[in-house]
Amino acid sequence: MNRVTIDPITRLEGHGKIEIFLDGDGEVANAYFQIPELRGFEAFCRGRHVEEMPRITTRICGVCPEAHHMASAKTLDDVYKVEPPSAAKKLRELLYSAFYVGDHTTHFYALGGPDFVVGPDAPAAERNVLGVVAKVGLDLGKAVINQRLQCQEAVAILGGKAVHPVSAIAGGVSKPITEPERRRLEEIARASVEFGKLSLKLFDQIVLANKAYVDMILDEPYSLQTYYMGLVDEQNRVNFYDGKLRVVDPQGRQLAKFSASEYLQHIGEHVEPWTYLKFPYLKSVGWKGLVEGADNGIYRVAPLARLNAAEGMATPLAQAEYERMYDILGGQRVHATLATHWARLIELLYAAERMLELATDPEITSREVRTLPTAKPREGFGVVEAPRGTLIHHYVTDDRGLLQKVNLIVGTGHNYAAICLSIRKAAQALLRAGQPIDEGMLNRVEMAYRAYDPCFGCATHALPGAAPLVLSVYDAQGQLIKSVARC
Amino acid sequence: MEKLKLALYWAASCGGCEIAVLDLGERILDLAAIADIVFWPVALDFKYRDVETLPDNSIDVCLFNGGVRTSENEHMARLLRAKSKVLVAFGSCAHLGGIPGLANVTNRAGVFDVVYRDTASTVNGDGLQPQPVCQVPEGELRIPRFYNSVRPLGQVVPVDYYQPGCPPDTEQIWNVVQAIAGARLPTPGSVVGASDKTLCDECDRIKEEKKVKQFYHISEIVPDPKRCLLEQGVVCCGPATRGGCGQRCLNANMPCRGCYGPAPGVADQGAKLISAISSVLDSEDPREIDRTLSKIGDPLGTFYRFSFPSSLMARARVQEPPMVAAPSSLMAGARVSQP
Amino acid sequence: MATEFKPKIVGFLCNWCAYSGADMAGTARTSYPPLVRIVRVMCSGRVDPTFVLKAFREGADGVIVAGCHPGDCHYTAGNLKTMRRAALLRQLLAQLGIEKERFRLEWVSASEGSKWAHVVQEMVDALTPLGPLNWKGMLASTEEPTAEPGVEVPVAAATGSSR
Repeated sequence: MNRVTIDPITRLEGHGKIEIFLDGDGEVANAYFQIPELRGFEAFCRGRHVEEMPRITTRICGVCPEAHHMASAKTLDDVYKVEPPSAAKKLRELLYSAFYVGDHTTHFYALGGPDFVVGPDAPAAERNVLGVVAKVGLDLGKAVINQRLQCQEAVAILGGKAVHPVSAIAGGVSKPITEPERRRLEEIARASVEFGKLSLKLFDQIVLANKAYVDMILDEPYSLQTYYMGLVDEQNRVNFYDGKLRVVDPQGRQLAKFSASEYLQHIGEHVEPWTYLKFPYLKSVGWKGLVEGADNGIYRVAPLARLNAAEGMATPLAQAEYERMYDILGGQRVHATLATHWARLIELLYAAERMLELATDPEITSREVRTLPTAKPREGFGVVEAPRGTLIHHYVTDDRGLLQKVNLIVGTGHNYAAICLSIRKAAQALLRAGQPIDEGMLNRVEMAYRAYDPCFGCATHALPGAAPLVLSVYDAQGQLIKSVARC
Repeated sequence: MEKLKLALYWAASCGGCEIAVLDLGERILDLAAIADIVFWPVALDFKYRDVETLPDNSIDVCLFNGGVRTSENEHMARLLRAKSKVLVAFGSCAHLGGIPGLANVTNRAGVFDVVYRDTASTVNGDGLQPQPVCQVPEGELRIPRFYNSVRPLGQVVPVDYYQPGCPPDTEQIWNVVQAIAGARLPTPGSVVGASDKTLCDECDRIKEEKKVKQFYHISEIVPDPKRCLLEQGVVCCGPATRGGCGQRCLNANMPCRGCYGPAPGVADQGAKLISAISSVLDSEDPREIDRTLSKIGDPLGTFYRFSFPSSLMARARVQEPPMVAAPSSLMAGARVSQP
Repeated sequence: MATEFKPKIVGFLCNWCAYSGADMAGTARTSYPPLVRIVRVMCSGRVDPTFVLKAFREGADGVIVAGCHPGDCHYTAGNLKTMRRAALLRQLLAQLGIEKERFRLEWVSASEGSKWAHVVQEMVDALTPLGPLNWKGMLASTEEPTAEPGVEVPVAAATGSSR
């Protein structure tokens, strides 16, 4: 049997490789998306003191450490049954919103976005952030760099450090902010709202105005019918920091709505021997293998899924964009994976608006940022929405606070099964018998996963380590007939 | 002047070191003016094959972050050592093993047993575990081998310089870049981008006398932001940790956890911290001493947070069959390994 | 019995009390297992936990630190510092998987030769059934065979030209 190897995949955070098997007719029989790395946080965190977890779990991922930091702190609140003061929650959410703006910016302009801005068939050397800058101009390029930097600055003001922040602890945050700090945060928030609006306008001009791109977004190979899950507030609006997890079916009907502490009733993780990453699935529907369909418990998370699982956005500008996206793409729910890029920009705008709301909240400079726990530690659950998907932390301790068990279900992990399906579907549609396999074709297969903005460092609580991508095609005798290297 | 050939690579890494470099912001363009970045997976397209076909020693400087956890990490460490004139162990993981190095409390079997069986949401009745080689209906699939221990870069290949930090402070990264550009690197084997003293030396909190009656976990106390944390009973690893980080954690009212590694002259960071922390305890009664110090709970994870694989002992002894034991039985010394 | 395991014990003994006490056991011709390699330090407070770990690392099956009784330290309170360090060190040793019998902190005065002999005999008796610690051997046995360049990496199989 012929096979096609893509190793490593690129323009994402983390490490992965794709093996595509062709049948005797030269059509794609199957595609395997392997994750070759693991670190084992669930194992080596046993024996650690639970209060150290907000600073240990950040090292699962240096691109989204804020997500682990917040999920961990919320889990600690539950472990100690302690309620942080209102100002502390707002400070945490403010940090989190600033992080979201920066992270979504990085993905759209440097990782996934280039496929649209420069085009999927553009030469590989141009399909990156530098190509984006060349297309849209150096000023915008610098604006992107500075936007990122300002968001990092905001996180550092609130969290001590931008990469691996330290301030979220059990019962609150380690320090309040001063009025000069608040003014700076407000400044950054206003700039972020403008940047969010600008990015959506750019998407309009470059993507939505281009019929070929819109067709590509709606193209069947990139569509996948799955369940969707995301964190929502009381009114079923998207919330990154707190709320309940809502699961809807492909038609948007609610299947479940549950709090973090109930996650085990709903989510199981399946193991395959050809990859280090586990496959989360919905227990009530069951695991039926890597196949599409509503009788299979495969679900998706992250921007598109969050918007699908919700009924709206909690801030006005983002809400208007939300309504517009569903209007234009049609249907109760959007299954077009590539629409994730659009959903991501809508979320960027929401995060920026939320950042401004919080930075101008009169309580944000309060000195009351700590509640000291009184209960003995035992067990806790915490959930946030990381940019790349739902993040669940679950700790069990002894009465001294030393960890006995740790369970982590991380962002991209929830999407793993769906990513496998998306890749296979794209490969089956695009790599046809008799047609030459070139780089552009390969990139179109990769676009299927790139939209998910996968973070395999997180997913495997493992180590990313991008390797180069090589596509090799072998004939039925195992002879190499073509090799395409891509970056 | 010919541009330097610069490479950045991530092995068993979280990506934080890459972000710390990206946080140079527009100075990235200044960097690009003095160096051709020939290899940087997260930001630029590169080809494995391009690196393999490079002549040896043709990369001027390689900043290598991440520890060696799998066979693929080891392969890249050896490859980049051969191709680079100067190899820098960049960040805590490459320098010392980092937080993933805490996995050396167990081994591959122990990690797999937890991850693929003994986690609350794992449903794996068939007892499947990842295999380096696996047969599927269509053919054979391979993944790199997960080793029993994590190793810092210097235990795998010779390293020229070490830049500490988790991640290295961005301003320090800029300092090192400028030193490289100006050919002002110190003696090979040195630690760069950090100070030659402990964190305590640069910490601007008020330090008086250290006589502690009780230790507090972070959530149990609202510490005075101007006074030494250790004096207030909060365990801080500053006394045995190299400075140069800008006391970022201290400024957020959180104690140091040692990410810049052992201070100069210290062979084993954890052993030195045991000495430092126990010496501030104000007690002469053996029972009180035991009780007070037991409060810390996890000496290994606190004092060797970033440096366990590079410590004297390098890993824990794991009984067979391997089990990641609950801490209470560890404390009682109940886990006795047979030779 | 086949080859009987004889534990290698490293002892850090303070000059003023413990070392003299051990010396006295010698002059009194007290019989006890000759299995301790003694390192004389001026005070038990000189013993850095690093020394203890290094001893284990380099092949010791057991380590004894012996000093003056509390209150009798020649330097007033050096032994009390050791007492505090030993408490934390014991917790670390447990986490490393080293049995508690392998480390002892003892107070031995200059006149307590027989106590010294007794302590050593007790330790040998406790270590014999445990067997060697052999830390370096344990490290070596957890190492993997070196990965051959290219073996685990798919790229090695590709021989075509790049784009």
